[in-house]
Amino acid sequence: MQRNHLRKWSLLVGAAVVALPLPSWAQLTQYDFETRMNMEAHIGNITGHAKDAKGDYRRYCVVCHGQNGDGNGEVALWLDPPTWPKPRDFQLGIFKCRSTPTGTLPTDQDLFDTIARGLDRSAMPQWSTFTKQERADLVAWVKHFSPRWTNEKPGTPITIPPEPEVTPERIKAGRDVFARVQCWKCHGVQGQANGPSAATLQDDLGRPIAPFNFTDGTRPKCGDTDQDIYRIFMTGLDGTPMPSFADNIKPDEAWDLVFYLRTFMAQKSKEKAIAKQLGLKPVDPNAPPPQQ
Amino acid sequence: MHVSTRSHLRKGFRFAPSLFSLALVVGSVVLCCSQPAKALPAFARKYGLRCSACHESWPMLNFFGQKFKDNGYQLMNDRDAPIWQNPGYWPVTFRITPIWHRVSTGKVLVDTYSGGALTGTNTAITRVTSSGFDLSGLDFHTGGTLEKNFSFYVLPSSDNTASFHFETVMARLDNLFGSPWLNVKFGKFELDNLLSEKRILTLTGNGGIYQLYHFVPQGDGNVFGKMGDNQLGLEVMGHSWNDRTRYSAALLSTSDGTPGLVYSNAYTGFFTASQAFDAGKFGVQRVGFYAMVGEAPTSWLTSGGPTGALPGTGAGNKPFSREGFVGQFYFGQHVDLTVVTQHGEDNAWFGQGYGDFIGGTVPNNNVPGTVLPAGSQNPTWNGVLLEPHYVYSPQLIFIGRYETIRMSQQANGSGSLNPSASNFGNISTYTIGYRYNPFMTSRAGFAWHNEYNWLHQDGTGPSLGLNTTNINTSELLIGFDFDF
Repeated sequence: MQRNHLRKWSLLVGAAVVALPLPSWAQLTQYDFETRMNMEAHIGNITGHAKDAKGDYRRYCVVCHGQNGDGNGEVALWLDPPTWPKPRDFQLGIFKCRSTPTGTLPTDQDLFDTIARGLDRSAMPQWSTFTKQERADLVAWVKHFSPRWTNEKPGTPITIPPEPEVTPERIKAGRDVFARVQCWKCHGVQGQANGPSAATLQDDLGRPIAPFNFTDGTRPKCGDTDQDIYRIFMTGLDGTPMPSFADNIKPDEAWDLVFYLRTFMAQKSKEKAIAKQLGLKPVDPNAPPPQQ
Repeated sequence: MHVSTRSHLRKGFRFAPSLFSLALVVGSVVLCCSQPAKALPAFARKYGLRCSACHESWPMLNFFGQKFKDNGYQLMNDRDAPIWQNPGYWPVTFRITPIWHRVSTGKVLVDTYSGGALTGTNTAITRVTSSGFDLSGLDFHTGGTLEKNFSFYVLPSSDNTASFHFETVMARLDNLFGSPWLNVKFGKFELDNLLSEKRILTLTGNGGIYQLYHFVPQGDGNVFGKMGDNQLGLEVMGHSWNDRTRYSAALLSTSDGTPGLVYSNAYTGFFTASQAFDAGKFGVQRVGFYAMVGEAPTSWLTSGGPTGALPGTGAGNKPFSREGFVGQFYFGQHVDLTVVTQHGEDNAWFGQGYGDFIGGTVPNNNVPGTVLPAGSQNPTWNGVLLEPHYVYSPQLIFIGRYETIRMSQQANGSGSLNPSASNFGNISTYTIGYRYNPFMTSRAGFAWHNEYNWLHQDGTGPSLGLNTTNINTSELLIGFDFDF
């Protein structure tokens, strides 16, 4: 009799152990992007496979970017732009940080770098703990959300000429470029993100967006090397009011502008020291723009 | 205990299946109807990340969570300082676990009765099994940043009767001189064990701790060498920017984390270092080592006899050490294995029970003129811990653990009057279980927890004048583990 009781009890325990986790299996089957699941990403000699990133995406990314990659994860509701930008909608296939010309798709390497670098002034952390293979898989996964990747090829990365020597003349020339292309309208005459247009800016989806503040010590979103800054204003940040100046600024002038922008930044730099020696004044917004 | 208790328990046990079935049904209904709670665990709320971002399975950290912790609870972006948070944000999380558990201990010495009176022999050895609903203690976790690169952690923790103590109280200065290689922690904190006992995935009495982190030989009086207990001290730690390489060095009071200068002026050092490697699709693998080397007192000034020790007067410091290797190996996104080894050694004085300080008394006191019994020697032992996981998804993890500790040299050597058996005090234990989180949000944690533990120890059971016996203890635990 007692043995029967124990047998029943054992069966019940066994059934509970098997049955209780079932909702978890059920959730796994909801997700369906099979048509583009064969997407690949190529980073050097590493090939990333979208299907291999499913688990990592679910564990780390879905909370912001959403199960369907549309940027509507559970946390998106609580991210209030411009203080906290909304998560990227991968289905649109539009990315800020690219090495490619405006309007084109980024390279796999661009997305790979963005995952590890994170995006300051947003909820996107640095995911540097992944292996390179895992990151490459995630790049493929990000790509599989948008039909753009099946219909278009990434743009050709822009050419960045070798960085010249920093000189007082170049910094002064950079200030002229800053005035001529009216960077100050958004970024302010001293790079403090307080230009006359700053409060009115919206991204392509009509959400408020703030210009970059060069002075508060945070890193530019798409990298903080001189090459990164050069690339940012020559490719533009697609989906935002920051346009590409590739048609307005010559490569040599672009370096001048990089050097001038460095004078705003909180970090110590040669450019800052030179600007201090020169007693460089901010641009005058009421002065006629310098001639090219 | 009365021997008739056993048959009484048996009778009670007949009703257990019905009661247990009812509990399971209720549990299942609750689980199936669960909705995401609207509460906010401290860090997940601050950064808008799910539990799974930092935890392989809450509360055990994954690599990203370890990096976050090593950075002083910072993601190292521009929003780490609390000034960016809504003023209403308060970084507090509580955790408690209502459970049902069944504990069965193989050999317990009990009184025997006949006709309402003690029998002639008076005692017997019997198995004692009991079951019932219970609670864990309550933890209030508060932690985070006070400002960029200034972090803290305070954890008032209670037992299941709400008697509180400070489990953790520490402040930390991070990224000194702008370098991740230099961070300083001060206060009471968990030692930098790669496999953290404070984040253990199991909850039973014997399975809810790592035996390797607390082991001392039978009769040993070393009050301190317990790596699993939070300790008072100062820690310097550093890591590479991606946390692949990390080290820590701590100077600790030899007090086993007990506040107040109850022991002595003895200090202990704890050192760890590890290196992680990328292994492609397998994930990041990590190997490292740890060493704990210290001294603890064996003699005390007394008042009212040799056993009445005066707090804070410990002297006659003797050495002890624990050292071993740690490996964390991932085999893709679902399977991982953590391995910890240990070689431990206590001085012969500890082996003979000197050093222990209990409520102001010391059973043995190394006062002037005391000599060790003949045949005394340093007790030494070796142990290994294997903990595999199968992570089906961030919401469901299966856990296993096997630990074994083997004495390699007993304190009472062959020259003793009563030399100890070579296996005296050896431990073997295994634990299996699973944790299922019915929901996974950035707001709260909730796990349905099932676990079974079995522990065997050689020679520590009652003897009744015969050879000492071994003890087998088993525990089954079911509960709701949640934080808010």
